[in-house]
Amino acid sequence: MLVLALDTATPSVTAGVVELAAGQPTVLAERGSVDARAHGELLTPYAREALAEAGTGMRELDALVCGIGPGPFTGLRAGMVTAAALGHALGLPVYPVCSLDAIAAGVPDPDPLLVVTDARRREVYWASYAAGARTGGPHVESPATLVARELGIGRAAGHGARLYAEALGFVEIPPAYPSPAGLVRAAGAPLAGGEPPGALTPLYLRRPDAAEPGTRKRVSQP
Amino acid sequence: MTGKIVLGIESSCDETGVGVVRVDPAGELELLADEVASSVELHARFGGVVPEVASRAHLEAIVPTMRRALTAGGIELSDVDAIAVTCGPGLAGALLVGVAAAKAYAAALDVPLYGVNHLAGHVAADTLEHGRLPAQCLALLVSGGHSQLLRVDDLAGKITEIGSTIDDAAGEAYDKVARVLGLPYPGGPPIDKAARQGDPNAIAFPRGMTGPRDAKFDFSFSGLKTAVARWVEARERDGEPVPVNDVTASFQEAVADVLTAKAVRAAIELGIGTLVISGGVAANSRLSTLAGQRCAEAGIELRVPRPRLCTDNGAMIAAVGAHLVAAGVAPSSLDLSATPALPVHTVSV
Ligand SMILES: [Zn+2]
Repeated sequence: MLVLALDTATPSVTAGVVELAAGQPTVLAERGSVDARAHGELLTPYAREALAEAGTGMRELDALVCGIGPGPFTGLRAGMVTAAALGHALGLPVYPVCSLDAIAAGVPDPDPLLVVTDARRREVYWASYAAGARTGGPHVESPATLVARELGIGRAAGHGARLYAEALGFVEIPPAYPSPAGLVRAAGAPLAGGEPPGALTPLYLRRPDAAEPGTRKRVSQP
Repeated sequence: MTGKIVLGIESSCDETGVGVVRVDPAGELELLADEVASSVELHARFGGVVPEVASRAHLEAIVPTMRRALTAGGIELSDVDAIAVTCGPGLAGALLVGVAAAKAYAAALDVPLYGVNHLAGHVAADTLEHGRLPAQCLALLVSGGHSQLLRVDDLAGKITEIGSTIDDAAGEAYDKVARVLGLPYPGGPPIDKAARQGDPNAIAFPRGMTGPRDAKFDFSFSGLKTAVARWVEARERDGEPVPVNDVTASFQEAVADVLTAKAVRAAIELGIGTLVISGGVAANSRLSTLAGQRCAEAGIELRVPRPRLCTDNGAMIAAVGAHLVAAGVAPSSLDLSATPALPVHTVSV
């Protein structure tokens, strides 16, 4: 099965072409760069380049996998709308994956770990994992709040672990960002078994900033 | 089926629009579909468009709106020959959703992509209703987001701004005045409705930017909005009832007077025989009536698309794309990005 994996929930813009056979992903080609402001610009060109390098094309694909966050809103939407439109145009299923799960799926050993990414505004997105399954999260909160939870897990993947290394004090382990192989692995049995995908709904975790207007300010002096 | 099918995607503010237009070899357009999903009700309680709320709504709406447009137009995605998308001006996060979607559709269908200017779209909307524009025309764009006078020499490439608002857009002034009077958001329709029962000469509200030293073709609506608020507050302070109908009629008269006077004067001075009025405020009854009178007196042809085409929609973006296709303009690159402050003279990128 030929899969295109996309993620824009972190500062990394990730696109990869993955062959999935007997549950094992093999990455045929990938493109990625860390540029939080260029998600919308780079993602489609990256997907085309990866497909070309893999010697294939959009029409040969069997499925799409897309990270659904949590992630800073604007960048996250670039990847999700790209996946949704590609899925519609190509008539393919789009499998949603929590982007933190995709990072965790890039860690080879099964010992407990945290995945921490940057949520901006001095907060992090995080989730905890053990034996390849999510055990907590995803949440958004300050590094201090995460530490105060005393989860008893000493190591963390994800670029947020480095960004807040001082406040968090975890042992940093790779990967820092979701990879195409991690995304496909995290899509798991539904993708491998050809089951219908779940809803492609973003994990925003925060409400939009919007204040209802209070009483009208007078323009004239009383 | 002769001609080319152009799909247009619009997401610059609070409307998710997808339109389908066919352009024949002679450059004549036929509107096949025009589907819009609006998030306006989600913004009502905030009294204005909340960018993040709009962006979230675009992400949810874009593929369903696309499906509806294809069904309404009786076409398949495989029939599409080109895709046009608004790449600016507009809200950054909102634009990005449409641009990213358009790029994905263009890449998947392997068809050319045109990143186009939203303001050119408002002018092009008229060609869907009234056919080709003359070699030269003047366009007055008035909505919640824009108030501009444009000289249009070529819809596929040459549009020049000759005047714009120096502060609020006309539609913004409507929203603010509505709030002062306790009328709902958006302010245009309730003000227009109340004003029909009022006396437009009851209160002499100021006409901004009409002094001898003011820029001839620029607008200002901030002073007018403040003048209305002061007038209403004075009545409230004196414990007198506020004559909402007369206030709205007099406010609306001031807006329509300035807009039409400047547009007609520009047409006369530039020797242009056709005026197009488009944008959400173009649906305003007093503006169209007064523009009709003044254009008739000055011997200027007035063109106003039906209200449905005046507000933001995907069909107007497909129309710009169709004019670009017909003119043989080179398409955009797939690394196209949203440009929130795209200047009007950049019709396509
Ligand atoms: Zn507009």
